[in-house]
Amino acid sequence: MEEQQRNERNKYSIIVPTYNERLNIALLVYLIFKHLKKNVIPLSALFRNVDFEIIIVDDGSPDGTQEVVKQLQQVYGEDHILLRARPKKLGLGTAYSHGLRHASGNFVVIMDADLSHHPKYLPSFIKKQMETGASIVTGTRYVSGGGVHGWNLMRKLTSRGANVLAQTLLWPGVSDLTGSFRLYRKSVLEEVISSCVSKGYVFQMEMIVRASRKGYHIEEVPITFVDRVYGSSKLGGSEIVEYLKGLAYLLVTT
Amino acid sequence: MKHIVKIMTLLMAISSFWIGLLEMLVVPPNYTWVLPLYFIVLVGCYGLLMVGVGLMRFPTCPQEAGLLQQVVFPLTLMVSLL
Repeated sequence: MEEQQRNERNKYSIIVPTYNERLNIALLVYLIFKHLKKNVIPLSALFRNVDFEIIIVDDGSPDGTQEVVKQLQQVYGEDHILLRARPKKLGLGTAYSHGLRHASGNFVVIMDADLSHHPKYLPSFIKKQMETGASIVTGTRYVSGGGVHGWNLMRKLTSRGANVLAQTLLWPGVSDLTGSFRLYRKSVLEEVISSCVSKGYVFQMEMIVRASRKGYHIEEVPITFVDRVYGSSKLGGSEIVEYLKGLAYLLVTT
Repeated sequence: MKHIVKIMTLLMAISSFWIGLLEMLVVPPNYTWVLPLYFIVLVGCYGLLMVGVGLMRFPTCPQEAGLLQQVVFPLTLMVSLL
């Protein structure tokens, strides 16, 4: 009962950066509502009254993403779906900062719009935070119950290599450094994000490593990651070089 | 303390131990001289082992992709009409 009351006082701002996600964003919003408003898991009583808002930070998508979001606002209400667009592509880190400025919740969830992060895991993030009082709950693909689909052998090899390197050099205490499905206490995200300078894959790693160094309580929940349903994602040589540079930067600055 | 300092401290401790072995002649010097090489090979083997084990035990979830498609496909048809 006490947990339920505490949950009712909490508000979760879900920040979703988008660029050309016309198809995915509608599906994502539908699934978020499905899993937070009409919960299907056994702990439904605990989550039935989750107060949340979805903040969509669109970087001037030319495919009509913003028009779809405006239609979604008419369906679900402008208090639940906030469109905070920017004129052009300005990067992931600043997209979170931009969304954060408009967040009214005391907790912030960041997730991708491409459905690689399934909203069905949101209740487990909330439950884990409530059980442990953690400042950050991060989704991990590399533990029992988690997993990845859609990666070829080379991508898996790159991922494992990058992970072993980071774990050996940084000792972060978190199994999935580059995942971007996380729940933060708002004040913690504000503090951590202000100290991060990296971009791309390294940005997520920098966030969690800096949070870990600052001594914040970090918990993990297993998630599955299904690589892009619509659209394409790639990991090339330049991303690997950026990753290694980021690793070296974190090694000397944290 | 910066993380690089921790790692450097660890490396210095290992180096001191190695120099100590060289100075005190506990182990024949010709063996002691090649110890750093063994150390580097050992670290490399550890890295390869960890990557190999990680790759073999890489968690996959093909069933999740199927479940997602089941949800996504009918919705996509609706959304494409928006």
